[in-house]
Amino acid sequence: MTCDIILCGVGGQGGLSVSVVIARAAMAAGLNVKQSEIHGMSQRGGEVVAHLRIADGAIYSPTIPRGRADIILAFEPLEALRYLSWLSAERGTVISAITPIRNIASYPDIEMVLGELRKLPRMRLVDADSIARQAGNVRSANLVLVGAAADLLPVPPEAIEKEIAGLFARKGEAVVQANLKAFDLGRKARG
Amino acid sequence: MAQMVLSGDEAVAQAALDAGLAGAFAYPGTPSTEIMEYLQEHIGSAHQVTSSGASAETGGTLRVAQWCANEKTAYESALGASFAGRRAMVSMKHVGLNVAMDPFTNSALVRINGGLVVVVADDPGMHSSQDEQDSRVLADFARVPCFEPADQQEAYDMTMLAFDYSEQHEVPVMIRLTTRLAHARAMVHTAPPIAIPNRGKMTDRFSWILMPAFARGRWNVLLDKQAVFRSDAEAASHLELCSKKLGVITCGLGLVYYKENENEWAAVHDGERPSHLHIGQYPMGTEKIRQLADHVERLLVIEEGYPYIERDIRGIFGAPVPVAGKMSGELPLAGELNADSVRAALGLSPRDIALKPSIDLPARPPQFCQGCPHADSFTALKKALEGEAEFFAASDIGCYTLSALPPWNAVESCVDMGASVGMARGAAAVGQKRAIGLIGDSTFYHSGMTNLIDAVRHSTPMTLIILDNGATGMTGAQPTIGTTSQLPHLLEGLGVEKDHIHVLEAHKRAHEQNVEVIRKELAYEGVSVIVMVRECLEWLKKVRVS
Repeated sequence: MTCDIILCGVGGQGGLSVSVVIARAAMAAGLNVKQSEIHGMSQRGGEVVAHLRIADGAIYSPTIPRGRADIILAFEPLEALRYLSWLSAERGTVISAITPIRNIASYPDIEMVLGELRKLPRMRLVDADSIARQAGNVRSANLVLVGAAADLLPVPPEAIEKEIAGLFARKGEAVVQANLKAFDLGRKARG
Repeated sequence: MAQMVLSGDEAVAQAALDAGLAGAFAYPGTPSTEIMEYLQEHIGSAHQVTSSGASAETGGTLRVAQWCANEKTAYESALGASFAGRRAMVSMKHVGLNVAMDPFTNSALVRINGGLVVVVADDPGMHSSQDEQDSRVLADFARVPCFEPADQQEAYDMTMLAFDYSEQHEVPVMIRLTTRLAHARAMVHTAPPIAIPNRGKMTDRFSWILMPAFARGRWNVLLDKQAVFRSDAEAASHLELCSKKLGVITCGLGLVYYKENENEWAAVHDGERPSHLHIGQYPMGTEKIRQLADHVERLLVIEEGYPYIERDIRGIFGAPVPVAGKMSGELPLAGELNADSVRAALGLSPRDIALKPSIDLPARPPQFCQGCPHADSFTALKKALEGEAEFFAASDIGCYTLSALPPWNAVESCVDMGASVGMARGAAAVGQKRAIGLIGDSTFYHSGMTNLIDAVRHSTPMTLIILDNGATGMTGAQPTIGTTSQLPHLLEGLGVEKDHIHVLEAHKRAHEQNVEVIRKELAYEGVSVIVMVRECLEWLKKVRVS
């Protein structure tokens, strides 16, 4: 079993930290994990990407070969398109937020961006911001997306819930609950 | 033995702790920064200039992890700790080693006492750097052993080994990392920590005094060690003779990119795998390379960085079998390797990449954070320069270099740490009007001060703008070695006239005044320094969280 996931978004979205939640849950289930990201200059409001590889055997390359990713988890729709060449045409699924971050002058028409995503054989467009707000914390939009991907991950949702609780415990019970709810609503919202 | 999930940087740091490290010294630089951050977190106080403590785990001995003014000062501190008989580590990014080259090359000649490990993180692909130099070349230049891990486990194991090796052979040992190793996480098995060893202060002082008469002797000692380094590297390398069709030589991350494709190569070659030599230590041995070349029809060298092994194998008179690699174009000479480029070099058909968007995707370059003080400083500078035909705005290395991009289009150069001051000064010295150096406080302490002394001594008409945000922002916000309150005194001490030192608030609300001061000082025919002060937002966030 292998599960290769590209997580992408815009620097400052804090999105890539959720890869830790998935990675820890996978390790707790006895799977191997490799997780690669880039720090430094590229983080500042620019495009950011992390590679997360999960397998029951050895994992070699820290980054996913092109055409091999099972999942693109995009916290911003234009960024989802940027990494399409990594997605497996036979089995890959894109799970993307729909709210654009227009911090560049030449951002294309959002309907064109979403239209490109809708053309894909397997995609889930999720209004992560609205759902996160409904869950009580707009900052938990990333976990809405993890929820929307939950059935494709090689770990049970309960294992992810456990890691969410662990990761946010420091910030208090209210934050933990909002994030758990975001994850749960994300699971229900996939489609 | 415990299991931990660690990045390459963290694995090095954890190994140093477990190996009885007493002193760690560094200047932030991507992708090496997290080594010191991890050490500080584990020694006791994160996000400080200094972290120190003594615990039961360290046998009650003091252990320190300190940010330094630059890589050279950090290196020299580590050298002092080694002289004192304690295990020391200095960590930096590849270009940081250029700054520390003087102590680095000379320390190869002294008789290292406490183990000295030099960790250098290269950045092929220039994710966050101005060049992609290969530190293995510099280890060779200094004649010191270099260990190159291929994964996080090796980063841990090799760092442990490096302390012993350094003490055994009385020489600094380099650990070479690259970005994708430094910043990728994987499971690492760790060893039980040892108490901090103390070998006592070095008593053979002439082995540390590099006056010519003594240095000649020490140079011979170093040259005599090379044969042992080479045979140890030979023993550490791993050779497997399989297919006669292809011999693959890997080092560092080249190994994992090769392994990613190995089975598929075997699948199209009757189930037989290529013959394979992995090199993890330098100066490399030659015998196994010969054995491999004798066995196969051709060689492929897969290495991250320069074609360093490949060039040696080719030599001047050529290899006995054809050699493919970066020099022959099978692998790209520039940028980093990946599983796809290595796949192509192995002659495997490319994977089907069926999906691509039908619209053009605009790039999303990095930019200032919302509310960044630098944005307000550049707004004021742009306004002050409005209508001026003649000026030169030299930038330095930091977040503010992003002002080179739209919408700012403000600065005209970015070369190395401290260069803004020297370049503005040199240009002004030969007649350039309104020469401006733009530098962050951290970079000013790192390498800007000495240039300013030149400007003062020669009364060069230039204006230095110090963007004082109290942090090294680009690397994720680490504390600056100097403080805001001390800066004006320092400038005065360096000889800048008091009337031409201004401390301004880098904020929209002070815009009018800031523009006026910058305009006035640009017209002044001498050295002026304007300090724009406001804290880095990332830094504030980090401190608040902790």
